[in-house]
Amino acid sequence: MKLRVYLTFDEATVREPIIWKLAKEFDVVTNIRTAEVKDHMGLVGLEIDGDDAVVEAATQWLSDQGVTVAPIEQDVIEG
Amino acid sequence: MNIVRALKCRECGHEYEIQPTHVCEFCFGPLEVVYDYEKLDGYFTRELIESRPQNMWRYKELLPIDGEPSVGAQNGFTPLVRAKNLEKALGVSELYIKNDSVCYPTLSFKDRVVSVALSKAVEFGFKTVACASTGNLAGSVAANAAAAGLESYVFIPHDLEQGKVLGAGIFGTKIIGIKGKYDDVNRLCSEVAGKYGWAFVNVNVRPFYAEGSKSLGYEMMEQLGWKAPKHVVVPMASGSLCTKVHKSIKEFIKLGLIEDNGTAVYGAQATGCSPIAKSVKDGTDLIHPVIADTIAKSLAIGNPADGFYANRVINETGGWAEDVSDQEVIDAMKLLAETEGIFAETAGGVTLGCAKKMIESGKLPRDESIVLCITGNGLKTQEAVVDAIDKPRIIDANLKDFDELAAADGFDAAA
Ligand SMILES: Cc1ncc(COP(=O)(O)O)c(C=O)c1O
Ligand SMILES: [Zn+2]
Repeated sequence: MKLRVYLTFDEATVREPIIWKLAKEFDVVTNIRTAEVKDHMGLVGLEIDGDDAVVEAATQWLSDQGVTVAPIEQDVIEG
Repeated sequence: MNIVRALKCRECGHEYEIQPTHVCEFCFGPLEVVYDYEKLDGYFTRELIESRPQNMWRYKELLPIDGEPSVGAQNGFTPLVRAKNLEKALGVSELYIKNDSVCYPTLSFKDRVVSVALSKAVEFGFKTVACASTGNLAGSVAANAAAAGLESYVFIPHDLEQGKVLGAGIFGTKIIGIKGKYDDVNRLCSEVAGKYGWAFVNVNVRPFYAEGSKSLGYEMMEQLGWKAPKHVVVPMASGSLCTKVHKSIKEFIKLGLIEDNGTAVYGAQATGCSPIAKSVKDGTDLIHPVIADTIAKSLAIGNPADGFYANRVINETGGWAEDVSDQEVIDAMKLLAETEGIFAETAGGVTLGCAKKMIESGKLPRDESIVLCITGNGLKTQEAVVDAIDKPRIIDANLKDFDELAAADGFDAAA
């Protein structure tokens, strides 16, 4: 599965090489499509490609690192 | 006549052929339908539009389908009401309500977006449609899909109230309740949309879906006598409706159907979920996601996809954004019902509540035309006002008891 997500980094995580670590820990291909740092906040549009279960584990790991992982559609649950 | 040109990335401008997709491959920016308006020169006139049946498809050249609509052919063309009583209550001179609380068939403006999304889905060859929703969208997808003979899936948080589930379940849709934290539920919905070959109305066919909102704006202008109001107030969840009402006005100006009235667009949110209103008030275009906590559930989108663009429309048109507390929402729902006989859902209370606040603060002038977009029906959110209405006065079944009560109300039975 190729997952496309926005990662939001806060002040605590914004300087960590988290995407590099992700690719070392998990058998996934990462591809940064957009990135911006503003207001002590980092925003990265990332593609994560790999087996479904591995991609799932990789996103969980990202959350565990304190990174907010949102689909590129942002909130899809509407009223 | 088909004037749809392409899907265009709102960020980098890259154009894509018309297809069921919604984000730019290059930069992840959202895609929007763009048109060749020149093709309509001399053809798309007021007379042509007025000669057509009174539904949202009388503007079909400006909606992104190829042929005739196959879903929701009767939808739209809700009343525009001159709100004389509310004018007095608010102290303004020219106020209208675009009343989508009676939108056909499921009583919210979502019937507009869904009929475009599903008509387009049929053109693309989809047999199954889907959405993730906690209310209005679920009901609209379920009902319109049923009428069109499409299979539908609706994804909801597993603990959604029974009444909300019913509003979709009655139409025979397949409802999937998902357990987990909001963010995980949300991400799963996006993954399902990416993985299954379905038309997920607010994901892969979102560019087409969102265009349906323009029809509310077109109707508003035609019903005002081919004129745009000076001010229009729009409730915001993702922010899409706000941007599309603005797009509808720009298109009518470009096509020579109306004159540019310098319309300012105003956004309304509930304080418990007001990331867009906050960005406007803070004078920034950064939208900081929030965890929603408000009775206005239909507007409870904490990380709004079109927030940035709604913010831009509000700023560029010289409008403003406001937010109101849950109590103000309830008060406004009652005010609208008692003055105009319109029972709107909580989103309507947000719109009127914010308008009232902006009139009082001077952001909305009292002597110029204002349209309030009322987008959903109060019968769907009865829990919000159940404690706020007067209880019936109980009497025994004899005339004397009633005479006493009537006398207390100032009626004289002798006459
Ligand atoms: C009744 C009602 N009004 C307004 C909106 C706002 O829609 P948007 O996401 O286009 O801002 C919604 C969205 O769910 C709604 O249900
Ligand atoms: Zn792009």
